[in-house]
Amino acid sequence: MSTTPTTADQPQIGTARVKRGMAEQLKGGVIMDVVNAEQAKIAEDAGAVAVMALERVPADIRKDGGVARMSDPNMIEEIIEAVSIPVMAKSRIGHFVEAQVLQSLGVDYIDESEVLTPADEVNHSDKWAFTTPFVCGATNLGEALRRIAEGAAMIRSKGEAGTGNVVEAVRHLRQIKNEIAKLRGFDNNELYAAAKELRAPYELVKEVAELGKLPVVLFSAGGVATPADAALMRQLGAEGVFVGSGIFKSGDPAKRAAAIVKATTFFDDPKIIADASRNLGEAMVGINCDTLPETERYANRGW
Amino acid sequence: MSTPVIGVLALQGDVREHLVALAEADALARPVRRAEELAEVDALVIPGGESTTMSKLALLFGVMDPLRERVAAGMPVYGTCAGMIMLADKILGGRDDQETVGGIDMTVRRNAFGRQNESFESGIAFQGLDDAPVHGVFIRAPWVEGVGAGVEVLAELPAADGPESRIVAVRQGNLLATSFHPELTGDHRVHAYFVAMVEEHLAGK
Repeated sequence: MSTTPTTADQPQIGTARVKRGMAEQLKGGVIMDVVNAEQAKIAEDAGAVAVMALERVPADIRKDGGVARMSDPNMIEEIIEAVSIPVMAKSRIGHFVEAQVLQSLGVDYIDESEVLTPADEVNHSDKWAFTTPFVCGATNLGEALRRIAEGAAMIRSKGEAGTGNVVEAVRHLRQIKNEIAKLRGFDNNELYAAAKELRAPYELVKEVAELGKLPVVLFSAGGVATPADAALMRQLGAEGVFVGSGIFKSGDPAKRAAAIVKATTFFDDPKIIADASRNLGEAMVGINCDTLPETERYANRGW
Repeated sequence: MSTPVIGVLALQGDVREHLVALAEADALARPVRRAEELAEVDALVIPGGESTTMSKLALLFGVMDPLRERVAAGMPVYGTCAGMIMLADKILGGRDDQETVGGIDMTVRRNAFGRQNESFESGIAFQGLDDAPVHGVFIRAPWVEGVGAGVEVLAELPAADGPESRIVAVRQGNLLATSFHPELTGDHRVHAYFVAMVEEHLAGK
């Protein structure tokens, strides 16, 4: 499974440890969606640990409809040039050529994302084939472990991107956490059946049962719009948060971005979260997820 | 002698791994996010993470100045990766407005080994840990471009593209810094080395 050599006296790039270790460095932080260099600088100024470069934030993808694809390489390069923090970018599910392009541009992480229109309705990309690490979305433990089996070095809840509604992110994170807790109580005999049920490799299921956590970093994404949302996800066990449309679709992006960073670090201190929540201007409008038709739910994408 | 209490600066980064490594090296480890918490520890680890984020939060929440005062008063501090940048008196390749704690008379270049695609792991000889090489995990790692006379170089890595080597571990007095992440490997000898520094410091007080 792991490509980490046991004795590496010669420098080795692209190992599982180097890929997963990169995500460890992002913990406790906020990763922000940005569509140009100017927004990337605002995000960096606000204390983001990384930015996600994409052409349209999920709220606009929802509004505009049509096929959503990888961003223009020029735009990604401009963002890489503009900031000193890591830059991530999205490929479509199963579109391994978009992923190859992103790797060649030198992005620091690839998000194989359900927010873009899937290119393959059966297969995800083989992520072991890349030096660049991948983050993937999941709604439950089985999905998370299938992505890790394919080589994902970081997992995020899917939530429902572009809605400004945190309800789905909460559902997915609770689901993953509950399923991990359940595995902890299983004996060895039961883990084989659990693996079958989860549709995930037995070795990974056993590892999770032993660790009591995923073998990679777990972030939350999809619907975080306020400092309290970010702190909620952290208290529920997310090791950090992605904020998509929530920042640059709000009234005062710079202020809201800084406020979400503070609330993510001091997620267990209501006084600091209260201070961070003052006078932020308007939050993004938001969509009620229960009125969202099944076909418009991004979380259903991915297999 | 009582067990030293060592904090891990927990504003952002791989805090948990350092807490585990310190505990395995027989220290009492605890996260530190506030000035009051800093006042209660004998020593501090500044973890890996994003140095820009850490520096901003340290300023914003009033940790930077108390930390500088403790460093000036001789508190032992160990910084990995972003933590190395935080301990540098001078940084290159950062943002113009990026502040550090400082304390080690060195110039550190951020992301000097490249972006994530160039991140690597490698065995590395570490002075004082002579039984076996330390396994270094370098992630968008900095290197030390120059050191003052009082700085001891503990580890160097041969450059990939030339005869010169890159400084990746240093010590000045009670301050220790590495470009790489021993906390990600399960080999806790560098942490044990730091705990020994802390014990020596406390014994001499």
